[in-house]
Amino acid sequence: MGVNPIDIIREYLPFLASGTLFTIGFSLAGIVFGTILGLLVCFGKMLNNKVLSAPFVCYITFFRGTPLFVQILLIHFGVVPAIFGQSNGIISGIVALSLNEAAYIAEVFRAGIQSIDEGQTEAARSLGMNRLQAMRYVVLPQAVHRVLPPMGNEFISLIKDSSLLAAIAAPELTYWAQAMGAQYAITWTPYLAISFIYLILTLTMSFLVNRLERRMATK
Amino acid sequence: MMIKVENLKKSFGENEVLKKINLEVEKQEVVVVIGPSGSGKSTLLRCINLLETITSGHVFIEGTDIADKTANINKIRQDVGMVFQQFNLFPHMTVLDNIMLAPTKVKKVPKEQAKAKAMELLGKVGLAEKADAYPDSLSGGQKQRIAIARALAMEPKMMLFDEPTSALDPEMVGEVLDVMKQLAKDGMTMVVVTHEMGFAREVGDRVIFMDGGYIVEENEPNQLFAHPNEERTKAFLSKVL
Ligand SMILES: Nc1ncnc2c1ncn2[C@@H]1O[C@H](COP(=O)(O)OP(=O)(O)OP(=O)(O)O)[C@@H](O)[C@H]1O
Ligand SMILES: [Mg+2]
Repeated sequence: MGVNPIDIIREYLPFLASGTLFTIGFSLAGIVFGTILGLLVCFGKMLNNKVLSAPFVCYITFFRGTPLFVQILLIHFGVVPAIFGQSNGIISGIVALSLNEAAYIAEVFRAGIQSIDEGQTEAARSLGMNRLQAMRYVVLPQAVHRVLPPMGNEFISLIKDSSLLAAIAAPELTYWAQAMGAQYAITWTPYLAISFIYLILTLTMSFLVNRLERRMATK
Repeated sequence: MMIKVENLKKSFGENEVLKKINLEVEKQEVVVVIGPSGSGKSTLLRCINLLETITSGHVFIEGTDIADKTANINKIRQDVGMVFQQFNLFPHMTVLDNIMLAPTKVKKVPKEQAKAKAMELLGKVGLAEKADAYPDSLSGGQKQRIAIARALAMEPKMMLFDEPTSALDPEMVGEVLDVMKQLAKDGMTMVVVTHEMGFAREVGDRVIFMDGGYIVEENEPNQLFAHPNEERTKAFLSKVL
């Protein structure tokens, strides 16, 4: 036994800190872009015209039916270089997480919207509202309520899944843990350290979602 | 002519639910539709404001054919209020917001004006004190009266009622019927699907008996109830009267 684990952690503290920030950043980007894109994909899939909705159905099928890890590799080594001329772990990471998250969010939203009684839409339409107004003022506000818990679960998964980005050298938590482990040929210290940090992040997320739920419930 | 239904047919897949309906409703007329379950009463009502697509035939609202793809259905629906058996109030909004939503968002009525109108309507249905309540806290009868007020807020020229009292406890039926009677007195054009024969007799100008997707018989209420011509009408009336 050479170096004291405490000393190793102390040495790596700045990297773990920036890694944490990157993990948070990737997760937030995935949540924000994934939610926006997910809503669009959801509406796309719900279009009445089968030809128009087909691309959105394919999108969801692909991103939910293939491993996120494979998607990350495809995007990092294929898509991003094809568009930007070179690969970039941060861009690839954000793109991959957002695209993947969007597919799951789209399904969560669709289930939420479809769980709202058809009579609500009919009442809105019978008052002269168009489809969009009925969706916006009547269905969505009620659906948001219902999708909050499953959305929270998706967000928590996203935080954990962002660890896969270590494979494309995106400088997030797991990447630095691997670096730490490799430098000192140790396992327990780095992985337990980041496990602890991930736990704090996911618990914080579920706390926030819970609070939001309760706030909306009392309203 | 407020409503004119011409050779209306409606099928769900293979199942032809409305077989060839012809119907005219005059301004200020109250038409009551009766008939056994599954006879197509709701479907007829829903075709009149295009909540169901029309398989063939025509429905004219004040002369405009709503089966025509170019008809502005959102505009036409503003003139055709609808009240549902299940109320369908918006549970995430207060009573006041339920009533104000469509006028402010669809007709762009200023908030203050919409609110004044909503309060007036709430007074009319006897629920002014419930303005800030949420639908979940109301009884069925109160919900349905709010639903009527909500429809009236758009100042429709005619109202469709699909069994407005069928989901209510018996002691609440009266309060809803009273509101509807007042509405009829005020000259509203109404088509009412109901099992309340007393209501049909009292305020109906005409009663329509439907069975199996057809209008079997129609007549002035007392005439139809006392002297039905068709066997099917007789059989139905003997069960409900
Ligand atoms: N959306 C639908 N899809 C398929 N079939 C339907 C649909 N709506 C109604 N039907 C069928 O159409 C027929 C007529 O239904 P409708 O609801 O118009 O009858 P009703 O006279 O209103 O009956 P009730 O008194 O029970 O309300 C029924 O056989 C019903 O099963
Ligand atoms: Mg019915």
